[in-house]
Amino acid sequence: MQAQRPAEQRWWWVLVAGITLGSALGCHRAVEPSPALRVWAMGKEAEYLSTRIHGRMIGGYRVEVQRLPWSAAHEKLLTAFVAGTLPDVVQLGSTWLPEFVAVGAVECTSIDQSVIDDFFPGAVEGNLVNNRWCGAPWYVDTRVLFYRRDLLARAGFPLPPQTWDQWRHAMRRIRQLGPEHYGLLAPLDEWHLLVALAFQAGAELLRDRDQYGNFQSPEFRRAFSFYVSLFHEGLVPFEGQGQVANVYQDFAAGLFTFYVTGPWNLGEFRRRLPGELQNEWATAVLPMPELGSPSVSVMGGASLAVTTSSDKRDAARELISYLLSPEELTHLYHATGDLPARRSAWRHIGDADPLRLTAFRTQLEHARSTPKIPEWERIAGLLLRYTELAVRKHLPVDTALALLDAETDRVLAKRRWLLQRTPTQP
Amino acid sequence: MHRTRTIAAWIFLAPALTAITAFFVGPVLAALVLSFTDFDIYTIADSSNLRWLGLEQYRILLRDPLFWRALQNTLTFVVAGGSLTVVVALGAALAIWGAARKVQAFLRTVYFLPVVTTIVAAAVVWRAWYHPRVGLLNVALRWAGLPAIDWLGNPRWAMLAIIVFSVWKNFGFHMVIFLAALQSIPHQLYEAAAIDGASRWQQFRHVTLPMLRPALSFVVLITVIGSFQLFAEPYVMTQGGPANATLSLVLLMYRNGFQWWNVGYGAAVAWVLFALLVVVTLTLSRLRLRRR
Repeated sequence: MQAQRPAEQRWWWVLVAGITLGSALGCHRAVEPSPALRVWAMGKEAEYLSTRIHGRMIGGYRVEVQRLPWSAAHEKLLTAFVAGTLPDVVQLGSTWLPEFVAVGAVECTSIDQSVIDDFFPGAVEGNLVNNRWCGAPWYVDTRVLFYRRDLLARAGFPLPPQTWDQWRHAMRRIRQLGPEHYGLLAPLDEWHLLVALAFQAGAELLRDRDQYGNFQSPEFRRAFSFYVSLFHEGLVPFEGQGQVANVYQDFAAGLFTFYVTGPWNLGEFRRRLPGELQNEWATAVLPMPELGSPSVSVMGGASLAVTTSSDKRDAARELISYLLSPEELTHLYHATGDLPARRSAWRHIGDADPLRLTAFRTQLEHARSTPKIPEWERIAGLLLRYTELAVRKHLPVDTALALLDAETDRVLAKRRWLLQRTPTQP
Repeated sequence: MHRTRTIAAWIFLAPALTAITAFFVGPVLAALVLSFTDFDIYTIADSSNLRWLGLEQYRILLRDPLFWRALQNTLTFVVAGGSLTVVVALGAALAIWGAARKVQAFLRTVYFLPVVTTIVAAAVVWRAWYHPRVGLLNVALRWAGLPAIDWLGNPRWAMLAIIVFSVWKNFGFHMVIFLAALQSIPHQLYEAAAIDGASRWQQFRHVTLPMLRPALSFVVLITVIGSFQLFAEPYVMTQGGPANATLSLVLLMYRNGFQWWNVGYGAAVAWVLFALLVVVTLTLSRLRLRRR
């Protein structure tokens, strides 16, 4: 029996063969060296760069800006590194830098003290890995206290609280204003406020060259207990009222008087709060454990780094030093609200919102970066988890901290092994 | 002649086999090998930083409280969410089946709509539904004089909220399968049963259910497999919170593998899930065979 195959079905073969051949050839197409100086950036900074420098000639190359969404940037950058397709210059979130240094994706150089003196100390600290300069701080952020002046005054306080005790006292009084008035908004999926409080209490989050968790130290315990007690006292909305649909609407409605957040909200609050409230919200440095010590917060922001795979490193460096000039940083601030990492650039930006920027300017002098190890994101996840368990009273404070230390030690096991093998790394 | 046909068959199969090998068998085996190592971010930097852990990896996994939490959550979702999906789908199919033809087409479309909506968009809308103060559900609760519930923010309710959303999202697909199976049951069977004096319940119990068995076992199998892979719902709505109440195995794998680049550990989670699925699927099809 001869299998009869109608002639019109033969073209299938041609198609299949064509596709197979075509894709095989496609894989072999050589990657040509790009004549452009490629930059990857995220969010509104990417928009800014696209309009500001895309298409310009720098160091003999045309600048090409590629935008990444923040939510996918971390994965994309790492995958690009593994695939060897990183661009010449990348924007890196401040907590990512240690990771990209550890894998050897970004170039580190020796430091020129005169250059870095102009940057905020916390920003320098975050970009120095093993005493080498691995990223250039571009813009910085830190968290300060945003508050409702009118509600605070109604509760009997003309000035923002300066110490933890005053803060707690103010929150209790605000709570008495009515059932729909809470003291502080502290989302359970953000660790920055807790870490800032820990820094203020003088805590080191990790110990022995970041090889072990140090969360049972008296300093951290003090900050942790204070933070958790705010929830237990009912000063922070978290159950029944916790899910905040719209921070701005709820802040306008007076659901909470205090909110610890970053500079991006200066613009948002100005835009989104109703006109009659515009004179009623203000910023202040974070309250301290006791008067006298400087108020410390967490340093954030982003850096620009030259990749090790770049074949145009001189041009890349030229581009970065151009973007970091005080004039360009001022321009960036006016376009995006990003706060300059260099003090000299601050001279030009004060006029926009002098009162509210002062808190940031002061706080930035004493902002610290989180531990500079690739494992930090995971440890921050553990921190959130055990904080939530303590807040919800599933665990007592001491047990939560002991478990947090134990799990942190487990996360750091590989790091300990690496340090034992090559003591100078990573 | 037989040989030429065999060769032709292999040639026809070749594209599919190549694709399956390259994109399924290969990666699955690679994941198995990876799951015995501590492949992580340091390994990307320098391959000499890779350690062979062997079965120790799985011992670490079994000691991880987060893994047990994720497993417990996933099983809850499979058992509660899965059975609810099947029951609702069957109920909806029976209700529509009895309706007039025009109404039937309309209802079928309406119930099927959630299946074709984008899960992310639907989840965003449902998040608004579940909102403790302005959400419609809580407005209704308050109106009825009951206290409002923070559906997605309270560890006790979050999994239920995810289950309800997921049932709503998925039951339409299974309903259509049930409906097709119902429509293929010969009328004569019901006529014969009616002549024998069977009540409606008896007809359902002894005609409808047995005739639905193939469709039922298919739906159960698909639902169980799908439920074990719970990911998008918690990923969009709760990120695994509150207090890990909605952390699923796939979410745990995603976090380890893609967020923290703990690829070895993530691969181990994936393999445990795979093994679980194989066991459950085999058990279910065993049961099905025995019934036959």
